[in-house]
Amino acid sequence: MSTTNNTLPRWADVLLIPIINIALALLVSGLIIIAIGEDPIEAVKILLVGAFGYDEAMGYTLYYTTNFIFTGLAVSVAFHAGLFNIGGEGQAYIGGLGVGLVMLALGPILPFYLLMILGIIAAAVFGAAWAYVPAYLQVYRGSHIVITTIMFNFIASALMVYLMVNVLIAPGSMAPQSVMLADSSHLPFIHEIMNALGYEMVHTPLNISFFWALICCLLLWVYLWHSRWGYELRTVGFNEKAAGYAGINTKKVVIITMCISGALAGFVGINEIQGVHHKLLLNFTAGYGFTGIAVSLMGRNHPVGVVLASLLFGILYQGGAELAFEVPKITREMVVTIQGLVILFSGALAYMTRPWLEKIFSLFSRPASATTQEA
Amino acid sequence: MTDIESAANRTTEKKTLPVAIELRGISKSFGSVHANQDIDLCVHKSAIHGIIGENGAGKSTLMSIIYGFYEADRGEILVNGQSVRLHNSQDAIAAGIGMVHQHFMLVDTFTVLENVILGAESGGLLNQSLNHAREELTRLEREYNLKVDLDALVSDLPVGEQQRVEILKALYRGAEILILDEPTGVLTPQETDQLFEILKTLKTQGVTVLLITHKLREIMDITDEVSVMRGGRMVAHRLTQETDKETLAELMVGRKVRLELNQKPATPGNVLLKAENLTVVDDKGVTRVKGFNMELKAGEIIGIAGVSGNGQSELLQALACIQPLSQGSLQIHQHSVTPESPCNPAKARELGLGHIPEDRHQLGMVTRFSAAESSILGFHRNESINGSLLMHNSKVEKHCEALMEQFDVRPPHPQLKSANFSGGNQQKLIIAREMTQNPRILLVGQPTRGVDIGAIEFIHRQLIEMRDQGCAVLVVSVELDEIMSLSDRILVMCEGSLVGEVAGKDADERTLGLMMAGTPLDKARSGSGPGSPQQKTINERPAHQILSPETSG
Repeated sequence: MSTTNNTLPRWADVLLIPIINIALALLVSGLIIIAIGEDPIEAVKILLVGAFGYDEAMGYTLYYTTNFIFTGLAVSVAFHAGLFNIGGEGQAYIGGLGVGLVMLALGPILPFYLLMILGIIAAAVFGAAWAYVPAYLQVYRGSHIVITTIMFNFIASALMVYLMVNVLIAPGSMAPQSVMLADSSHLPFIHEIMNALGYEMVHTPLNISFFWALICCLLLWVYLWHSRWGYELRTVGFNEKAAGYAGINTKKVVIITMCISGALAGFVGINEIQGVHHKLLLNFTAGYGFTGIAVSLMGRNHPVGVVLASLLFGILYQGGAELAFEVPKITREMVVTIQGLVILFSGALAYMTRPWLEKIFSLFSRPASATTQEA
Repeated sequence: MTDIESAANRTTEKKTLPVAIELRGISKSFGSVHANQDIDLCVHKSAIHGIIGENGAGKSTLMSIIYGFYEADRGEILVNGQSVRLHNSQDAIAAGIGMVHQHFMLVDTFTVLENVILGAESGGLLNQSLNHAREELTRLEREYNLKVDLDALVSDLPVGEQQRVEILKALYRGAEILILDEPTGVLTPQETDQLFEILKTLKTQGVTVLLITHKLREIMDITDEVSVMRGGRMVAHRLTQETDKETLAELMVGRKVRLELNQKPATPGNVLLKAENLTVVDDKGVTRVKGFNMELKAGEIIGIAGVSGNGQSELLQALACIQPLSQGSLQIHQHSVTPESPCNPAKARELGLGHIPEDRHQLGMVTRFSAAESSILGFHRNESINGSLLMHNSKVEKHCEALMEQFDVRPPHPQLKSANFSGGNQQKLIIAREMTQNPRILLVGQPTRGVDIGAIEFIHRQLIEMRDQGCAVLVVSVELDEIMSLSDRILVMCEGSLVGEVAGKDADERTLGLMMAGTPLDKARSGSGPGSPQQKTINERPAHQILSPETSG
């Protein structure tokens, strides 16, 4: 008798468990806040108002969300092929470098629409190239992708420091930053568009790359579940032997998947360089690549889940910053702790509550029919 | 339900004998599936008690409950008349219950001695445990006549001896009730005989044996009593000497069965698949197939017989172009494959080679895919389901629905996860997928492993029908019955080499068994092979008989 541990209805698996996990994380956070003598309800209020309460907060929340969608999707797509890409941070960094280089070189001579497309291509190509090397090494040299992608984060970081300090630094500048990009390469901010439409909105970093993130979700969904390549990718992820049996070139699939993953992470560079900073600089990735892992885990590696999880982390980032600002006793470190708890409960301990939930569900679904039908 | 009544009567008649283990009203369900329902079972002390049933009848679940892997939802377990609660296997061991699993739970790189004490070390220091265990095991070996070299590495032992290690392990832990789950699946007929001798010795020494199997012959050969399970229920208890195969088969399936498979003689045509000096060396540098030669013709079925792990799997994978050749060549319908010009499974499929793999969970399907997704594995690039860019999921689903209808896959739900189908239905889905592509050559590995009797009959008929339509069929199976009933020619493999060929109609189990142990055909026929410590005739039966049910109507 083969048994499946698939006793939970789908909605419970997809919705209930993440909600319970977040609730648990907030509960523990609440206890910590009580322990330092603050009111947890008040803290949650400040956090939510700080994330949604006014235009500026909203803009920042969605700006963070954009980055998390890119890195979350990057981790998800690799995960579907059974690969654990921890190199989102480095791929995002190098993707940004690609955007910066192209904009620095071509910004002054090309019009906006071309530059927008070139930016996407540059971010994708540079990010993909940075992921290609670990993929190649895994497929043809047997070095594990988890190790190599981590190492490539450090290499990316060192490379950027070298380039910014020695090569790309603006002449006469003390800070390791490039010259400003030409105006034609800037992505329009959402507040600019809204203002043009007659709706007053204050300046926020939210720009149109947010829509590109949503488009990427849709494209990835189509690729994974509605194309033969996605079918091959998922086959490799679930069962490499079966993929071999089916005549799927697993090596090729691994390399292509990692390139897609790297490209998605690289898109962070569009948001940051072309969208917000308008120049090349250091550390613009700010850990988005790593948070992408938690986003992907929490979003169950599904594009829709990734969007929801990204939004949650956007709220935590923006609302958390507000919380640290408003309540002196709650420091930035405390906010990081809360974020950590959410990652812990919804990522590392994602399935902790599952057995209990299964028991509860089995109590309510007393089976009616008796036998398993055999042919 | 007269079966149960009569069973109950029998149990009352035999109340005088001491009872080793008794189950009362055991029920267990997984989600909406009742794996076990109101199971009553009474196993007498020092008896060999068989439990027989189709796959999915709930045998394994029941044994897992007795061994403490699962807890029953309801019911009571009594060991030696005392009610026990078994929360885990430690509880079961403490109650004197031991289990020999179908797949051995041994550490290959450990010696026999180390394996036996694993988890039963008597202290922090290993040497002490080892010495103690050595004494105890020597005693057990003598007492039960179980010969194993205690210092041999498990990986160096033949399968039959590994099984003995498992039995020793259980006895060392003080087992008085021994559960064996499908113990003969991996053994040669000779090894099976030896196992049965051991079980008989155990019985005379007072050990109670619970034998789970789906092979009727074994039940008839060795058990004292037999219980039949069907659809999660216990449907009958019988004294073995008072019953026969036909009755048991009928009880198992729940309808009348016929024990023969009729087939017309083969009419072989052109050679479609030809292997010359085919040699396969695996990743670890071990030569798995040595200089194998074969010609497979259109319209015939070749059966590859051999004890599991003697190169058949690798041969099958090499023929299907999954495993690269190290030497020799392969001719797939005009197309030549050599180590220098390798082929791949996708190309092989284009050449009209269908492959129903041995291991359906590892190779044949993706258990986490829906049935619809699994139904296109290997053919997922076909134009019929793909546009220029997108895959048409609705067409995939329709394709799967058609397969399910044609091959009676139940339940016919393309969106159901592949893992949630029973073994027989998974196999039918794979067979449907491969057969409906109209292959010229069909490679079949373990066509009916883990498949219930009803589906076995169906699968065998499909294979013979393919043959009659002119397809070249190659069957690899560890079930000799199956090989003998299906094959026009039988090739026997031992240690990666071809031992010899026997015409299907001339084959008998004893000869094949000796050949499987490496004895050449002429010697095997004269009956003086080195691989046969016991010359006892196992069970003389005509070759073309098999346990195969058929509806009475």
